[in-house]
Amino acid sequence: MKVLLKAENISKDYSNHRALNKVSMEVPEQSIFGLLGPNGAGKTTLIRIINQIIGPDQGRIILDGEPLRPGHVHQIGYLPEERGLYKKMKVGEQAVYLSRLKGIKGPEARNMLKSWFKKFDLLPWWDKKVEELSKGMQQKVQFIITVLHRPKLLIFDEPFSGFDPINVNLLKQEILKLRDDGATIIFSTHNMGSVEELCDNIALINKSEKILEGEVDKIKKEFTSSIYEIEVTEMRKPVEDLLDERFRLISSSRKNSTYSFRIKIGEDYGTNELLSEILPVAQLISFKELTPSMNDIFIKKVTGRFPQERVADMDQANKNQIQ
Amino acid sequence: MSKTATIIKREFLSRVKKRSFLVMTILGPLLMAAIIIVPVVVTQISDSDYKIAVVDDTDLFYESFEDTENIKFSPLGTNIEHAVGMMHDGSFDAVLHIPEVAFQAPSSMRLFSEKSVNINARVLVENILRHEFESLKLGAAGIDEEILRSIETPIRIQAIRIKDDGELITDYPEISMGLGFVSGLLIYIFIFLFGSQVLRGVLEEKTSRIVEIIISSVKPFQLMLGKIIGVGLVGLSQFLIWIVLTFAIVGAFQLAAPDLFRFTPDEQVFITGAQALSTEEIEAQREYVQQDDTIAGQLLEGLLAINLTVMIISFVFFFLGGYLLYAALFAAIGSAVDNEADTQQFMLPVTVPLLISIIMAQFVITNPSGPVAFWLSMIPFTSPVIMMVRIPFGVPYSEILLSGALLVAGFVLTTMIASRIYRTGILMYGKKSSYRELWKWIRHS
Repeated sequence: MKVLLKAENISKDYSNHRALNKVSMEVPEQSIFGLLGPNGAGKTTLIRIINQIIGPDQGRIILDGEPLRPGHVHQIGYLPEERGLYKKMKVGEQAVYLSRLKGIKGPEARNMLKSWFKKFDLLPWWDKKVEELSKGMQQKVQFIITVLHRPKLLIFDEPFSGFDPINVNLLKQEILKLRDDGATIIFSTHNMGSVEELCDNIALINKSEKILEGEVDKIKKEFTSSIYEIEVTEMRKPVEDLLDERFRLISSSRKNSTYSFRIKIGEDYGTNELLSEILPVAQLISFKELTPSMNDIFIKKVTGRFPQERVADMDQANKNQIQ
Repeated sequence: MSKTATIIKREFLSRVKKRSFLVMTILGPLLMAAIIIVPVVVTQISDSDYKIAVVDDTDLFYESFEDTENIKFSPLGTNIEHAVGMMHDGSFDAVLHIPEVAFQAPSSMRLFSEKSVNINARVLVENILRHEFESLKLGAAGIDEEILRSIETPIRIQAIRIKDDGELITDYPEISMGLGFVSGLLIYIFIFLFGSQVLRGVLEEKTSRIVEIIISSVKPFQLMLGKIIGVGLVGLSQFLIWIVLTFAIVGAFQLAAPDLFRFTPDEQVFITGAQALSTEEIEAQREYVQQDDTIAGQLLEGLLAINLTVMIISFVFFFLGGYLLYAALFAAIGSAVDNEADTQQFMLPVTVPLLISIIMAQFVITNPSGPVAFWLSMIPFTSPVIMMVRIPFGVPYSEILLSGALLVAGFVLTTMIASRIYRTGILMYGKKSSYRELWKWIRHS
């Protein structure tokens, strides 16, 4: 697959700390890329370097085969984490102004904006001042301004903060549509659960360094936890009697006549061996592998252990699954 | 249209469209016109006749009190009680009583009035009586008054300035002083007023968090420059409208009520003279008018003595140069802080040179070509105000050009420094910056 954006050994120092340390990554064209990591890891610094707001101390960025140059700003759409609008300025006027700064001519910008505003139910607010809009509506306006000039590369820094769930879904749909139309998208967020199902590729950044990069499916496979969830009914034997040193029971619960267990299978064994123990004594309802969430993978990568492996973290693991 | 031009346009229009701009634009000239018109009207209004009854028990001075335009005297042969009674009835505004012993004891004379005494009337009465008493005393001492008066010799030395090309011009330092100080003051006010608008504009972009959206499409420098130029144009337009409207209002008033602004007789000599008389006679008239010291004549002559072309060009140049120099610094302050309250700590070093220039302007006026004046008009931080104060007194072109070049270098330098603070500062949220921090930004970026 063609690479649209390539970061080569990017380092950036601020007066009292190193924000990025030799970070490299590759973003394939027409994909969704998750730039994940906790707050303060250096994500925003990397994004600002890609946007040429600040320059790197070392390394370089290649966009579409060329080293980054000033003209590239027209090919990038950026929704910063710290985002706002002029409060006293009218919504439409302001959107046209910001589009013109992106290099779109006034009348053209107006037409394109009107159709976007219509799609997002914002048209009645065209002549209102920004301060009269709700925060969600302001976010929609900012989203429109970010994507209006049809950039090759779209960068969203914490895009879903401040949105209600309905609008988050609307936005996700639009972003997927943009990807299908050819755009490449970078999500930067500390809230890994919010984007992982959208991402094709991810990079994990922690304490100024990239600690993991690759396709989401491959990573998940690599970080498989070997924990399985089994739901059974008509249990004729206590579960403890079935398990030996090959399997470890992590949790069990019962709802009416339905039992559900989480069982970790030892390294040298497979799922068939577990099932062959259970099938004779119970009616199977469901059986599935608990794939680790990005959050789990991040924690495993940083601490060396999955959160599920600690009983105290069970509830958290449950929540992750529900999400 | 380039992006900077787009930014300038927004900065300009968004301010001009504000209601406060409209209010200021209309109120400003009204206020200025009022300052010019009100004193004229007020003197006319208070010019209603002030009637003074004179009761002179010595019978010596009745003839001495001549009516003026608005102070009328009425000799009354009655006694003082009766006169005061008439004043109560409203026949007079005041009663002057000269008792018999006035000559021996001048302090026994009284001016009675129901309201507080008109100060002009009191001064007039005092002058008349002083003159009369002097004459009487001179006569008693056997000195002819005519001789005494002829000894008094009025002396007036004309100040002549020899220009570089040898031309002689009459110098009127009072007019140069006034013109210079007013120009300097206007520049000072303009820099403060619109410099702080730049500061607030930058702060608004930072606190509303729009700045990062904008600088992902334009360079921070373009945004800063666009704002400075846009606000500067707002200031310039407002200023021009003020001047035009002020003249229009005063002019309209003059047309509506020409009596209030009629010329003094001396000026009329000068003006009617110009139509009928030969050149020599006009010269003579002119000389006469000058000798006669009319204010209008002096004003005209004084203004002609000043090189108005140089004055106007320099004013616009130093006006804009000074603004650009300080606006960049104001922009840097706005970028370095998170809210208006935090601006205080950085304002001091920017406002002090401005305050020094306006304070020093009062000294420079008295010695416009001294070393203090020279150096202050060379330092870019003080030159916009101080050079404008000096120019009406005549400054060599070489000095104006040098000062101008230094000012250009000055604002290029402050803009460079400011842009370094600015591009780091606008992305810093929630951090309190110190001077040390700013220094790091200047050095590192």
